[in-house]
Amino acid sequence: MKPHEQPDSCGHFGKFGGKYVIETLMPALQQLEQVYEDAKNDLQFAKDLNYYLKHYVGRPTALYFAQRLTEHLGGAKIYLKREDLTHTGAHKINNTIGSALLAQRMGKKKVIAETGAGQHGVATATAASLFGLECDVFMGEEDMRRQTLNVFRMQLLGAKVIPVTTGTRTLKDATSEAIRNWITTVESTHYIIGSVVGPHPYPMIVRDFQKVIGEEAAEQMMAMEGKPPNTCVACVGGGSNSIGLFYPFLEKEEVCLVGVEAAGLGLDTNQHGASLTKGSTGVLHGMMSYLLHDEDGQVTEAHSISAGLDYPGVGCEHSYLRESGRAQYVAVTDEEAMEGFKLLSIQEGIIPALESAHAIAHIMKIAPSMKKDDVVLVCLSGRGDKDVNLVADKMGVSL
Amino acid sequence: MSRIQERLNRLNGDKALVTFFTAGDPDLSASKEIFFAMEKSGADIIEIGVPFSDPLADGPTIQSSSQRSLQNGTTLKKIINLVAEIRSQSELPIVLMTSFNPVFVYGQKKFVADAVAAGADGVIVPDLPPEEADEFLGYTNEKQLDMIFLLAPTSTPERIKWVGEISKGFIYYVSLTGTTGMKTALAENLQEKITRIKNKVRLPVLVGFGISTPEQAQEAARCADGVIIGSAIVKIIATCSDAATRNRNIADFISGVKKSLTHSV
Repeated sequence: MKPHEQPDSCGHFGKFGGKYVIETLMPALQQLEQVYEDAKNDLQFAKDLNYYLKHYVGRPTALYFAQRLTEHLGGAKIYLKREDLTHTGAHKINNTIGSALLAQRMGKKKVIAETGAGQHGVATATAASLFGLECDVFMGEEDMRRQTLNVFRMQLLGAKVIPVTTGTRTLKDATSEAIRNWITTVESTHYIIGSVVGPHPYPMIVRDFQKVIGEEAAEQMMAMEGKPPNTCVACVGGGSNSIGLFYPFLEKEEVCLVGVEAAGLGLDTNQHGASLTKGSTGVLHGMMSYLLHDEDGQVTEAHSISAGLDYPGVGCEHSYLRESGRAQYVAVTDEEAMEGFKLLSIQEGIIPALESAHAIAHIMKIAPSMKKDDVVLVCLSGRGDKDVNLVADKMGVSL
Repeated sequence: MSRIQERLNRLNGDKALVTFFTAGDPDLSASKEIFFAMEKSGADIIEIGVPFSDPLADGPTIQSSSQRSLQNGTTLKKIINLVAEIRSQSELPIVLMTSFNPVFVYGQKKFVADAVAAGADGVIVPDLPPEEADEFLGYTNEKQLDMIFLLAPTSTPERIKWVGEISKGFIYYVSLTGTTGMKTALAENLQEKITRIKNKVRLPVLVGFGISTPEQAQEAARCADGVIIGSAIVKIIATCSDAATRNRNIADFISGVKKSLTHSV
């Protein structure tokens, strides 16, 4: 099977993926597979989805040539795929609109979601409000502290934010709690997962809803440059914006795909979120994938300055792309991400999300040594308004 | 015939009582005492829980218990050693209940070999459904470790048939759509659901999740072959600070439940 044909009918990307969940959820996953398959073959579903993506989300998003940043770095031409310009300010909405339409199709009146940075929570609350669905969002207490603005946004949108107080009180624990809630409410509720993680068919469905990023970018790039990019770069937490960007390029083997993980305080510390760079194969949250865990199989804590990358697992398709060599994965530290955050703000007038700043930090490393007619395509997955308090704090500025 | 099958066959119409505790909570030597307190007070099969950092099927009681155990440094290796120690003094069937990741990291083949050598009789891996269990089943069948699969209220007729064919020892019927933990009432339609399963499978069907009193046990066992009790016992363990009280309270609780099962028809 070729990379772009994955997963197989059981949800495996090579040895990764699958459905590692309790029996209670298996029938719901089968139902979701069936409903999704039907929706894919239904022209009306595509029409509805495209309608909302165009008129509500604001797609297609711009592909922007970052001229000043390119000149500053002095190498490859840098293009930004502006997912930060979508309604709600991050790519997460691409998936939540599609998933809310699936919930409607299944006749489920309530949706639940987990959230780290709050972007997926906001995007789910938004879609729920748009389609008149009830919405509960599970969020770690630590993340609620780091992302007060997004907590309030979700509440304004009519969602209930449920604090998760177990474990490290971050994205991992919010995901566990959302799954536990789903085990209890599965007959009436649809779980909208925020990334390309979880049991099959989630990693496939979320990828399919996010691949619009790469499809648009490929077309826009042809119009602007007349050729595909040499390199695509995107940050990887769970990995949905990066899969969305990479997937349409999988078959074009000359395009180099680079995922940027969170190196946190450094890869030689245990304070990072770099599952692909430093982890090993394991099973968490319903799938087999790379994972940060100890020699007894206990999941360890991740760390990143960015709540959206603060996760010990990673999407199973990324594990597959890493093992097959089709994509490479690197990591940048909190400090480097801060530099990327500041540089894009100063050079281009775009304040990026701290997650996306990881991708910027990586092109600061690679662009200068590339040829001037080389092209780098970066997914600017979200805007940075939600992070300004945290960044001010790190810079020693009191607001 | 496995120890589990043999024990269930010997019940002669009485209902089976399976009891659970998390290994290493409060510590591994207490776990041994807890096991024998359970054996003496009437448990037919004992499930030993392997703690995991992210137990998705567990409610707050067993989650906290897992955390306490992990903080004490409990590992799968130490739990297998515990089984071997217990086995040298007891013939009661022992079932290990674990999330898949600790087993996967330990090595599936090595885990089965070591668990069997230590004297374990069965294993329950809630997050390893039949779809993902091919490799593991190869090892458990070869070494004759009973792989006990779960069925739930949401299970379709096809899945009931499938699980009925591949499960060994007994079928673990999850009584409610939810995580482990004490509930005030049993699920609606419980008897009907159990009867539906009993009609399709040959193995004994034992009911777990949400059963915490002798009355609930008796009611749940009406159509089933027995019950599994976990959180209610884990809570006794969590709330008793001295060992003697703890062991006595566990024994009293289990005797009470056992009595309700012995007299039920």
